[in-house]
Amino acid sequence: MLNSLSRRGAIAALISAMLLGVSGGSYAAGEKVIVVQSTTSTQNSGLYDYLLPKFKAATGITVRVVAVGTGQALKNAENGDGDVLIVHAKSSEEKFVADGFGLSRQNLMYNDFVVVGPSDDPTELSGSGTAVDAFTRASQGSAAFTSRGDNSGTHKKEMSIWKAAGIDPTTASGSWYRELGAGMGATLNTTALMGAYTLTDRATWISFKNKQNLGIVVQGDPSLFNQYGIIMVNPARHAHVKQELAQTFIDWMTGAEGQAAIAAYTLEGKQLFTPNAE
Amino acid sequence: MSDVQHKSALLPLKVDGLHLTLGGQSLLCGIDLMIAARGVTVIMGPNGAGKSLLLRCLHGLLVPDVGQIQWNGMAMSGRVRRCQAMVFQRPVLLRRSVLANVRFAQKAHQLVDEESALAFLEDMRLADIADRPARKLSGGEQQRLALARALATRPDILFLDEPTASLDPASTRIIEDTVGFVSQRGTKVILVTHDLNQARRLADDITFLAGGKVCEQQSAEAFFSAPQSPQADDYLMGRLPEI
Amino acid sequence: MLEAFGLAFRLVVSFDPDLYEIIGLSLRVSLMALLCASLIGLPIGALVGFTRFPGRGIIIVFMNALMGMPPVVIGLLLYLMISRSGPLGALALLYTPTAMIIAQTLLILPIVAALTRQIIEDLHAEYDEQFRSLSVSRGFALVTLLADARYSLVTVVLAGFGRAIAEVGAVIIVGGNINHFTRVMTTAIALETSKGQLALAVALGIVLLVIALLVNVAAAVLRSAALRRAYV
Repeated sequence: MLNSLSRRGAIAALISAMLLGVSGGSYAAGEKVIVVQSTTSTQNSGLYDYLLPKFKAATGITVRVVAVGTGQALKNAENGDGDVLIVHAKSSEEKFVADGFGLSRQNLMYNDFVVVGPSDDPTELSGSGTAVDAFTRASQGSAAFTSRGDNSGTHKKEMSIWKAAGIDPTTASGSWYRELGAGMGATLNTTALMGAYTLTDRATWISFKNKQNLGIVVQGDPSLFNQYGIIMVNPARHAHVKQELAQTFIDWMTGAEGQAAIAAYTLEGKQLFTPNAE
Repeated sequence: MSDVQHKSALLPLKVDGLHLTLGGQSLLCGIDLMIAARGVTVIMGPNGAGKSLLLRCLHGLLVPDVGQIQWNGMAMSGRVRRCQAMVFQRPVLLRRSVLANVRFAQKAHQLVDEESALAFLEDMRLADIADRPARKLSGGEQQRLALARALATRPDILFLDEPTASLDPASTRIIEDTVGFVSQRGTKVILVTHDLNQARRLADDITFLAGGKVCEQQSAEAFFSAPQSPQADDYLMGRLPEI
Repeated sequence: MLEAFGLAFRLVVSFDPDLYEIIGLSLRVSLMALLCASLIGLPIGALVGFTRFPGRGIIIVFMNALMGMPPVVIGLLLYLMISRSGPLGALALLYTPTAMIIAQTLLILPIVAALTRQIIEDLHAEYDEQFRSLSVSRGFALVTLLADARYSLVTVVLAGFGRAIAEVGAVIIVGGNINHFTRVMTTAIALETSKGQLALAVALGIVLLVIALLVNVAAAVLRSAALRRAYV
């Protein structure tokens, strides 16, 4: 008797726990929603948390941001898993559009990349005039250089600088060159622990909270320019793309209101992105 | 318990040329038996003689390789087994209350009889602890419960495999009294035991097994006064058999 | 560490709505996954543990091996299925809590099924002779085994819940870690880690641990009640 009572009690508790859990969700039908495939730097910097409420207030559209590396974001968008793409690897973006996966690409905003490393700068990168010079020094020094190694926008930029320096760092992979296969944040965490150098976008760097002994050692070289683009996934290719909502989003982001909001977003008193839509 | 006397339609039991091999070992080698319709048949024999295996074959839990078991001319079937019950040497009790264990057996036999379940427990002096978890009982109580559960299915034939091994005298006494009582009431009892005194108290006839063979089969009286096989003589005298 | 504990405590007592939203979604996704995995896995495990059929050994090895399936692989396979370009793309499941529930269901289904199989098989071995002696029908036997193994099966279900609520690899791929929509405890921890907010990440981890602890305490109370009555 006791036994069957307690069993009933347990089942009732389980079911009510379920219901409690289920009631937490919201699947409002007819809600205007788009999915944006984005690079992590824009998300981690807090930019979307600042912009999207303004956009929602203006248009009533909910934007769901999936933040992954640029490489994966492009791949996901190719598969049609998103309506809009915001990434930072211009040549890959142009190829994406040329291959018919996206409609026209527009500049959205920019900032720059910086090379960060231990504040005592053992390989003396801070004396280098250009990014190419800095990378050449890094390849000759004793301190490690960590790479995203994940085909992200930052990784592509890094590889382009190595190429310009005429160095193939992958031959040193495992010795001074460490390919982490990780996101920017994880890479910075590791870099701080290893006392290594790495390339990062400025927005992630400023918003990153675990800098430890790391500091900027190289910045300001024009080759470190970091352009973000915005692209609508091609509705001709993926019929489910919410063309109208996506266009509204792109127009707002590249229009006066969005551009002003991007310029107004600061972290610790520093502007993270400079709008430059045409 | 009901007082209605009945004689089972399943008896007598006839066993012909039973062979059982398990794991490459020949364990029962040509058992021929005739078991009477009434009374208590006690199967005795040294360890490893095959007593428990024979009991399992008779109850249909093991299928012999060769040979026939005929219950008054009928082969083992679901219907035949529903008229039988068995108490194992180590009782297997469900993880529920004492009463629920008895009811489970009745339910399995489609006997829904709430009151009789308690009556069977009363006969085994277990009614006071009917709500206790079965597996928390003492060894004696557990074995009495196993017997109550077996009887609750109202068997014509009751198999008992060393039911009182390692029980205290009180529980042994209750079980022996019950065996005597149900036997008189008409239930055929087939009991395996090593306890010579118990065999003397309960047995009407004895089947003596050694090395997977029947050495002799005769009335209890004759068996204890003048065993015919040297194996039975060794066993009764407490001698290890010569190899 | 101390900072993380303090932060965890302050997060919980501040009734931060974002935190409770994330906790709520975590529980909802993992409990639903657990319910689905149990509804499928308990019967499968019980049947495989209870019956004998050709190829059973292979199925058991397969079930046991699947317990070690990395969540990321489950997430990827599911992504390939439900991506707009995948065979189930038309269902528009990607980046929804439903996709996360499916992922966690797939993840813990082998655990529930394999452990149930083992428990039912062991108990069946114990009861089998007695069942046959009592002429218990196969259906009634299976029901009895499940009923008598219930406290062990609670542990199985807890193991499944533990794996579901703690995994990040699968839900971050098919859920997308979308703020206010598919962000759960583990993906929030991954996000805060990537922001270098290590103390906040650990604090969230502590909250997750406390939730897991509460669930297990509840189960332990249930089990000890059963132990006191020696039903186990």
